[in-house]
Amino acid sequence: MTALLQSHELGLVLCRTCGLAVSRASLKMDRRCPRCQSRIEQRTPFSTEMTLAWLIAGIVFYIPANLLPVMHTSGLLGEADSTILGGIFEFWRSGDWDIALLIFIASVAVPFTKFIAIGLLLFTVRRNSRWQQHQRTALYRTVEFIGYWSMLDVIVVALTSALMQFQVLGAAEPRAGIAFFCAVVVVTMLSALSFDPRLIWDRRA
Amino acid sequence: MSAAPTPPSEDELPTPLVRNRRWIPRLVWVVPIAAAVIGISLLIRNWQNAGPRITISFLSGEGVQVGKTLVKYRDVTVGRVSAVDLSADHRTVLVSADLSKDAASLLKADTQFWIVRPRIGVGSVSGLDTLLSGMYIGLKTGTAARLERQFVGLENPPALSHGPRGRELQLHAARAGSLGMGAPVYFRQFQVGRVIDENLLPDGSTRVTVFVEAPYDGFVKPETRFWNASGIDVRLGADGLNVQTESLAAVLAGGLAFDDGPIEVVPAAAGLPGEFTLYKNETEAMAPPDGDPHFVRMRFAQALRGLDVGAPVEFVGVNIGSVVAVDLGYEHQDRSFPVIVTAKLYPRRMGQAYEALTAQGTTGSEETIAAFVGTLVNRGLRAQPRAASLLTGKLYIALDFLPASPRVAFDSSMRPLELPTVSGTFQELEASVGRIVKKVNDLPLEQIVADLHTDLKDLHETLNELHTRALPNAEDTLSALHRTLDSADRTLDGESPLQRGLTETLSESRGTLQAVRELADYLDRHPDALLRGRRPQKMPQRPAAAASSEAKP
Repeated sequence: MTALLQSHELGLVLCRTCGLAVSRASLKMDRRCPRCQSRIEQRTPFSTEMTLAWLIAGIVFYIPANLLPVMHTSGLLGEADSTILGGIFEFWRSGDWDIALLIFIASVAVPFTKFIAIGLLLFTVRRNSRWQQHQRTALYRTVEFIGYWSMLDVIVVALTSALMQFQVLGAAEPRAGIAFFCAVVVVTMLSALSFDPRLIWDRRA
Repeated sequence: MSAAPTPPSEDELPTPLVRNRRWIPRLVWVVPIAAAVIGISLLIRNWQNAGPRITISFLSGEGVQVGKTLVKYRDVTVGRVSAVDLSADHRTVLVSADLSKDAASLLKADTQFWIVRPRIGVGSVSGLDTLLSGMYIGLKTGTAARLERQFVGLENPPALSHGPRGRELQLHAARAGSLGMGAPVYFRQFQVGRVIDENLLPDGSTRVTVFVEAPYDGFVKPETRFWNASGIDVRLGADGLNVQTESLAAVLAGGLAFDDGPIEVVPAAAGLPGEFTLYKNETEAMAPPDGDPHFVRMRFAQALRGLDVGAPVEFVGVNIGSVVAVDLGYEHQDRSFPVIVTAKLYPRRMGQAYEALTAQGTTGSEETIAAFVGTLVNRGLRAQPRAASLLTGKLYIALDFLPASPRVAFDSSMRPLELPTVSGTFQELEASVGRIVKKVNDLPLEQIVADLHTDLKDLHETLNELHTRALPNAEDTLSALHRTLDSADRTLDGESPLQRGLTETLSESRGTLQAVRELADYLDRHPDALLRGRRPQKMPQRPAAAASSEAKP
């Protein structure tokens, strides 16, 4: 595997848009593909730095997303603010373990997994590790794939707030927490997007 | 990037453009920094908004739920229960609540907390919303300057939770009657307040605290009288049946009413402003003050069945007191058992008479009063039991002037004064009925019956004579009358000669009348026949004759 050549070893850069192989030396300062004029890079510049920045932003946003209430329900039987974790406990206690599990996976496990996965990828890339390169690539693909599934919570709150508007009888309103949660999802997706998986396979001496 | 003097490789890019491009991606660090700033500002705001945490101890934590039960002030949520614990000695429940920041100023040392549960009474229904939303903790802020974090909760909600403006009044009464907390207070049938507290004082009397709301507290003046308006006051007076009640709620739950007292009355002796006497009913409340009672004793020689304690004593028809005791006495001299009646009299009830007497100085001391009563007794003042109602047989004591009564000695030194008595009207009636019976008894009934007997015998003889003599004569007379009628009957019969003759005469006279009518007819047509006689009939000429006779006139 390591015996395989990489493009830069041949002094070539591949255009990601049109697949044109460009000689590295021929690239001008602006590094545009001579054929399709799209930006052409050997590696995404500052990939690890941007990924790290988005990741930290995601982790920071994750704290208020879990502490602040995501939804405010009011009705005849009083009113309540519910947080994500509070909602999971509520469902678990009332016996709806399946719903609780679903929300837990979508809202807690997935973002957390993403933090750890991206963190791990960053760490290994920085360390120039050659450990489990295949698996790490698979991990990256998974992170990219599951990214938007975390929006489940946001969608639930949006739907509930839109549908549950019965004035006195019952009403649900979104609260600040869901905005933070949304930010977490978006920011972690950006983080995953900023990561250049080719770095996994690079071996810088 | 680096200013190290390394030989430029083929990869090295020209510096300015690359720097530009290198700088832009670093902007991404703004995102985590902004996130951190937002997060920290949220934390700071949260920390700043966090209000005080208070602890309230209750005897029972029934219905209090952590995180659910709210603390409300004037029905606005100001906090939420954050913990429910038992106290160290397990006697009370310590309810911790996080209050919002602006509620901190409500937490005075005398702020009251209570658990609001639905309460349904006759007078009012409250806390119904708690049926749906669960209980909440009510709060009534205090007036103390000191702030406090530890409170002892009330077990019952205070009657006035949100301190409306008005006045609190203390009413003193021997007994509170059927009043309850929240019972209405009326001013001219208009509810202006509520009973907010009831206390049993150490001396056994009751103190009722009422609250009169703001625009109406002006009606409470020093001379205002309060009375118990519970129940229905039914009175049968000279003007018919009179039913008086404040409202149906007052009938069921009890209530108080107040109104201006009689104008001439000086402010009552109740010392502090806001302290009043609670009277049993309106009549009692509105009566002028009685002043101090004077006790008198009366000795009656007859049974006084129907005279109860509390029976009125009337002086010339005016109620001036009541009977306080009815005792049986024993007179050693004549071995009799007189009834001793003690009564209390309120001379002030005599009204203008009392004022006049006061002006004369008669009411000055016990002695002068006794002397005055002595003169009244000499004028014939006597106590007499009278029937208040023939239906019930109840008696009352009347003090009246009976000049005809025998004079008695009056001992003005006795205390209490002893008034001379006469027997009651009922007893007099009994006596006169007895006299009538005696007279009836004395009648010579046997003599009367004997006389009646001889009279009846005479009557019998007279009738006998009538039967033997007068009746046969009458029989003869009747048979003669019978014969006379018989002959008359025969005379008038249809077959009698008289009848027949009469018929013939009638038919002849009919023929005569016929002839006369023909003659008259003829004469009518031929008036000349009177002179010339009757001419033979010439039928054909008749029209000519008629024509000539027509032409003539």
